[in-house]
Amino acid sequence: MTFNGWVQIALYALLVTACVKPLGLYMVRVYAGERTFLSPLLKPLEATIYRLCRVEPAKEQHWTNYTVSLLVFSAAAFLFTYLTQRLQQFLPLDPQHLGAVSPDSSFNTAVSFSSNTNWQDYGGETTMSYLTQMAALTVQNFVSAAAGMALAIALIRGFARTSAKTVGNFWADLVRGVLYMLLPLSLVMALVLVWLGVPQNLDPYTHATTLEGAKQIIAQGPAASQIAIKQLGTNGGGFFNVNSAHPFENPNAITNLIEMWAILVISAALTYTFGVMVKNTRQGWALFAVMGILFLGGVSATYWAESYPSAAIAAAHVDAKSGPLQAGGNMEGKEVRFGIANSAIWAAATTDASNGSVNSMHDSYTPLGGLVELVNIQLGEIVFGGVGSGLYGMLLFAIVAVFIAGLMVGRTPEYLGKKIEGREVKMAMLAILILPLSILGFTALAVVLPQGLSSLANAGPHGFSEILYAYTSGTGNNGSAFAGLNANTPFYNATIGFAMLIGRFLFIVPMMAVAGSLAGKKIVPASSGTFPTTGPLWVGLLLGVILIVGGLTFFPALSLGPIAEHLAMLAGQQF
Amino acid sequence: MLKQLLSAALMMIVMTVLTGLLYPLAVTGLAQAIFPDQANGSLVRVDGRVIGSELIGQQFGALRYFHGRPSATTPPYNAGASGASNLGPTSKALAARVAAEAARLHAENPAMPIPVDLVTTSASGLDPDITPAAALFQVPRVARARSLPDAAVRKLVLEHVSDRMLGVIGEPHVNVLDLNLALDRLQPSASGRAAASALP
Repeated sequence: MTFNGWVQIALYALLVTACVKPLGLYMVRVYAGERTFLSPLLKPLEATIYRLCRVEPAKEQHWTNYTVSLLVFSAAAFLFTYLTQRLQQFLPLDPQHLGAVSPDSSFNTAVSFSSNTNWQDYGGETTMSYLTQMAALTVQNFVSAAAGMALAIALIRGFARTSAKTVGNFWADLVRGVLYMLLPLSLVMALVLVWLGVPQNLDPYTHATTLEGAKQIIAQGPAASQIAIKQLGTNGGGFFNVNSAHPFENPNAITNLIEMWAILVISAALTYTFGVMVKNTRQGWALFAVMGILFLGGVSATYWAESYPSAAIAAAHVDAKSGPLQAGGNMEGKEVRFGIANSAIWAAATTDASNGSVNSMHDSYTPLGGLVELVNIQLGEIVFGGVGSGLYGMLLFAIVAVFIAGLMVGRTPEYLGKKIEGREVKMAMLAILILPLSILGFTALAVVLPQGLSSLANAGPHGFSEILYAYTSGTGNNGSAFAGLNANTPFYNATIGFAMLIGRFLFIVPMMAVAGSLAGKKIVPASSGTFPTTGPLWVGLLLGVILIVGGLTFFPALSLGPIAEHLAMLAGQQF
Repeated sequence: MLKQLLSAALMMIVMTVLTGLLYPLAVTGLAQAIFPDQANGSLVRVDGRVIGSELIGQQFGALRYFHGRPSATTPPYNAGASGASNLGPTSKALAARVAAEAARLHAENPAMPIPVDLVTTSASGLDPDITPAAALFQVPRVARARSLPDAAVRKLVLEHVSDRMLGVIGEPHVNVLDLNLALDRLQPSASGRAAASALP
C-alpha cells in the first residue's frame, strides 16, 4: 500500500460524490417530464418515439400494469438478442465470419444482457459479429439500464405520492432514461474514450508483423461506443474477452478513471433524486452514506489484501514490495498500468454496483480480496448497486430496517411518512430472500453434479469459490466472474441463465408490489414517536441490517470457499 | 395485453435503430473524422508496414530486446483472443509456473531481485507495459546482447518511463514496444542478428 494509492482512492470517491447533486437534480427533471437543456433537441424525437410505439406517455399505470409492461418489454428484448446471435452469419457487419452462436450460449447471453447482468460465457472478439455487438448487445446495455432506473423511479413515486393508484408510465420512464440520460452521456464518453485510444471502426482485424517477425492478428471493432454505455448502465459486458483489462478497452490510467467513475455515478446520483422526490434530501444522503461506508470498507480491504503476493507467488522469492519503480503486490491477473490501487477500486466498484466489468482477473485475487468481492455482491447489490436496481434494493432493506426498529420500541414502523405494514415487510423480505435461495441452491446443485465440477479450473476451496461466485454473480445480476470456470457448457448456461432471471424478475415483482401498496397510503406527518431516518443512528441501524442479513446468510458458504482457502494458504497448503 | 405486446415489439425496433445502429455509427463517423489514428487501433508502422499497435503488447524472445510479461494467451500475446491464466492464490500450477520463470530470470541477472510483474501473467495477456523495475532488471542482458554499455541502455529505459498521469493517476510503466523501437533506432546496424540470439 502506498500513500499515492490512498490518494487515488480518495480522488475517485470525490469525483463520484461531486456529481451526485447535479446529476441527481437533472434526473428529477427528466423523470418528471420537465424541460431540460436537452429538451429543444430531444423533445421532438421523444414525441416521435411515443407515436411510433403507440404509447401514451401521460397515461399513468397501476403498479401491476407498469410491471407487466416491463416484463413484456424484457421478453421482447430477450427474443431480439437471442435471434440476432443465432442469425448473425446471415446478417451484415461480420468481417471475421464468426458464424452462429450456439443455442445454449445464445440463451444465456440473451438473458444476461436483457437482465442487466452481462455475464459473458463467450469471448467477444472470437464470438460476436460487429452487428451483434451493436444492434443486440449495445441496445440491451441501454434499455436494461433504463428499465432499472424506471423501476427505481416508480418505487420512489410510491413513497412520494399520497393515496395514489398509479406509479407512472413505464414506457415514458424507459424512453426518458435512454434519451436524456444514457445516450448523451454515452456519446460524450465514447468520443473521449476514442480520443484517449479506444478503437472505433468497422474494419476486419488488423494483420501485423511484429518487430521479431511473428504474425499478430489484432482484433478491433466498434469498441468505444459499447464500452461507454456498458460502464454507465452498470452492464459490464466487455467488447473483448478480458473486458476492461484489454488495452483497447482501457488503454491508460485516465480512461480507467473515467470508466470507474461511470460505474458508480448514476447509481450514486439516484440517491439525490430520491431525496428530492420525497422532499427531504437528507433522506437521500443517509442512503448515500450507508453505501459510501460499505464501498470504502470494500475498497480498503481489497487494496490491503492485494498489496501482498499470494502464497503461490511469494514462494518464488520475487520482489513484490511497492516502491517508486513498481506497484508490487499480487500482480497475477493484473495490468501494470493499473497496478494494485486501481485494480482494487475497480474490483470493489464493479461488484458493489452490479456492473461486472473488470480491469483485473478476480479469480487470481488473494482469498481475502476475492472474499470482499463475493460479499459485495451477496449484500444484494445495494452498495450503489445497478442503475436503479441498487436504489430499489436499498429501499427494501430500509423497509426491513424500520420494521426492526419498530419491533424494538413496539410501534408501527413508518418510513418517509408511510406506515410500513405486514404486506410491505413480507414483500421486502420475499424479494431479499430470493437471492440466497438462488445463489445457495444452485451452488449446492453444481457442486454435487459432475457437469458442475468438470468445468473447474482450480482445485480445493478455490474451486468451490469459482462455483459460488458464478451463481452469486448471476443472481446478483453482476456479471463478473472467477473466470477460470468454464461456464460455456449447457449445464452452466442453463442454470446461470435461470439464476439471472430469478435475481432480476423475481426481485422486481415483489418490489413493485411494495411500490403500489405504498403509493395508495396516506402520508402521515412525523410525530415525536417517529424513528428519524436521516441521522447517524439510522445509518448505523441500516448498515447493521444489511450486514446481518447478507453476512449471516452467506457466512457458511463463504467459510467453505475463501475463508477455508485463506487458512489453507497460511498453513502453506496448495491444491 | 395485446397492446402492450405490440408496444414492446415496436419499442425494441425503435431502440435497436436508435441505440444499436444510429448511436454506434455516429460515434464511428465522428471518431474516424476527428481521431482517425486512435479509432483505428493506434497502429505502429515502420517503413509503411504495420508492426503492431502501440497499445497491444507483443511477444519478445530475443536477448537483444526487452521482454514483456508472461502471457496466458495461446500463443502468447494473441491479440485475436485475449485471456488470463485465472489461476488462484493456492494453485500448484501457478506456483510451479512462477518458480520456473523466477529460476530462469535469476540465471539471467543474479544481481537483482526479480520484479513481481516479470513472473506473473497480466489480466489481458496483452499487457503492453512492464514496470520500470522490470525494465531495469533486463538492462544487463540487453546491453550484453547489443554490446552496448549498461549506462546507455539504462539511460534509454529511464527516458521511456511514463510517469503517473498528472503526477497522481495510474502507475509508472514502460511501453515495451516503444522501448524496443528506440533501441533499434539507437543501434540500427544490429537488426540482422535477432534470430540467432533467440531464447530457447
